[in-house]
Amino acid sequence: MDELVVVISMVGATLRVATPLILAALGGLYAERSGVVDIGLEGKMLGAAFAAAAVAAVSGSALVGLAAAIAVSVALALIHAYASVTHNGNQVVSGMAINIMVAGLAPTLGVAWFHQGGQTPMLKDDARFAPIALPFSRELADVPLLGPLYAEVISGHNLLVYLAVAAVPATAWVVFCTRFGLRLRAVGENPHAVDTAGVSVVWLRYRAMILCGVLCGIAGAYLSTAHSAAFVRDMTAGKGYLALAALIFGKWMPWPTFLACLLFAFTDALQVRLQGVDLFLVGVVPVQFIQAIPYLLTVLLLAGFVGKAAAPRASAIPFVKDR
Amino acid sequence: MSAASPTALPRWVDVVALPAVNLLAAFLLSGLVVVAIGEDPFQAMGLLVTGAFGNAESIGYTLYYATNFIFTGLAVAIAFHAGLFNIGGEGQAYIGGLGVGLVCLWLGDLPAVLVVPLAILTGAAFGAAWAAVPAYLQAYRGSHIVITTIMFNFIAASVMTYLMVNVLIRPSQQSPESREFATAATLPRLHEIADAVGLEITASPLNLAFLWALICAALFHVFLWRTRWGYEIRAVGANETAAIYAGISPARIIILAMAISGALAGFVALNELMGVHHRIILNFTGGYGFVGIAVALIGRNRPLGICLAALLFGALYQGGSELSFDMPNVTRELVVVIQGLVILFCGALENLFRGRIAAYFQRPATAGAVS
Repeated sequence: MDELVVVISMVGATLRVATPLILAALGGLYAERSGVVDIGLEGKMLGAAFAAAAVAAVSGSALVGLAAAIAVSVALALIHAYASVTHNGNQVVSGMAINIMVAGLAPTLGVAWFHQGGQTPMLKDDARFAPIALPFSRELADVPLLGPLYAEVISGHNLLVYLAVAAVPATAWVVFCTRFGLRLRAVGENPHAVDTAGVSVVWLRYRAMILCGVLCGIAGAYLSTAHSAAFVRDMTAGKGYLALAALIFGKWMPWPTFLACLLFAFTDALQVRLQGVDLFLVGVVPVQFIQAIPYLLTVLLLAGFVGKAAAPRASAIPFVKDR
Repeated sequence: MSAASPTALPRWVDVVALPAVNLLAAFLLSGLVVVAIGEDPFQAMGLLVTGAFGNAESIGYTLYYATNFIFTGLAVAIAFHAGLFNIGGEGQAYIGGLGVGLVCLWLGDLPAVLVVPLAILTGAAFGAAWAAVPAYLQAYRGSHIVITTIMFNFIAASVMTYLMVNVLIRPSQQSPESREFATAATLPRLHEIADAVGLEITASPLNLAFLWALICAALFHVFLWRTRWGYEIRAVGANETAAIYAGISPARIIILAMAISGALAGFVALNELMGVHHRIILNFTGGYGFVGIAVALIGRNRPLGICLAALLFGALYQGGSELSFDMPNVTRELVVVIQGLVILFCGALENLFRGRIAAYFQRPATAGAVS
């Protein structure tokens, strides 16, 4: 029974760690499906995390913080779109610029505004996204297996976790079942065909980047106002790049990307569990090795050793209209 | 990196005026950030300049930072010339540091004339090897080098943390640092050299690695513009299809360019580990690999430009840390903001002002043709 409790709590932890990855990776999915490479997920998340915590601290409302986070993240996404779509700039350079700019801007503004060494003030409970207990979770808690499963895994998360999980089918529907989705996929594969059909390549890519900004904004708000109670320096700590890896690992498809996020988050939960544990036959697995697993897997996948991942064909190529 | 410009501009406009305008735009926005945090941007700029060049010590620090940026700037630039974007400078510098450190720890008893070249070679080899793997995967397995080098940065960090915490850590010590290098395995600092010949210079971390950085910049020029391999790298970067017709193998060139790139990045360890810390420490790369991107972009991927851009960023880093002492609202991260804005304007938005400037230069010509 003890193992069961451990497993269930690990699944719960996995979901909580996976939430920002899912949101950011789905944001990246819109961008990359439209043919815009976005390594700026990290910067958008970090900027959003700072905005959410700063605004929530001042206004005392988590929702206002969320709105600020989305606004900042969308603004950053629009800078990326302006550079790489309007001015045909190098998309990787632009993404990198945004990451570095925000990595400097967040602590700079944080120190100037709050005088706490780059942190934002600790948020009170009502300025955060609180866990939501679904109906009957307490009543069912005593039921074997099903009770703890319901209470730990399905119930008791905050709004943004449910939003992240809901974003997966929503994205799958938008990308594969709507006219916008069809055009989005087409513009990432062959923008000239889309242009010939009389659809604006630029406007499509801008819309994709706005969606990307919204999702990264929610991811950032989750980090600072739901998962933690304040913004701290370098809060994203590479999660944006991990989300990018998950997106590649999921071959730019919503459900596989979701599963990749869960897998990567699970290695994180596992690493906490396995610290210093002597495994049968293997011995103690170094924490650093488990931390590196997602990156190793992504490299192996990209190299074609674990299946094959092919990016949208027009990725990173600026669209120049034919004469 | 960018597509061929639609309009040909006079060379000095392309090499000097455009980067200057882009740089100016980045600095203007940085000034607005200073205003936003409630400080006077002109006063900040004055403090920054005196902080970077005000006295011998600050100049020493500026040049010490610039040393790192010359190495990483050249590293990014050589990959750019082959049409590749190497984001992995950070990881390559880190692993290069492992090579440098191992030589200094194990062979530190040898005379300096042997240890220093060995450390240079090993650092280069380790950095090159770390860059060659993503290069191989790009050349022969079709995986995208940007993504792979990003992943390799994280893998390098994991590997180094593991080695530092479990293997290289000095026994009976808590913080993950190696034992100190023997004196022969350190690079003399400028003030020590000056002291030996009877001159007195204020102490600073500026060391012989700076000289090696300048030599690397000169070699970079000779290699890229005066040798066959350099020509092949530029040919692949300019037009891969044409290069194939000329009998050049792009796969080989990709690996060559990335290996050199990784080797150059690995030299950061000479300055940091052999020059300053005299031991292997965690995170000695401190984001210098990423600064290399900005340096290469402003320096237009040319060695002289890179040295000047490295000096600019050295001054920003040194001046920025002085500024953070003088202005309570300013932190060292302000420099990172400037760095990001520079990459944005000189890299991603390089076409922003190009059209307008091109129009200005073409107007007299067409007017003359009409009359």
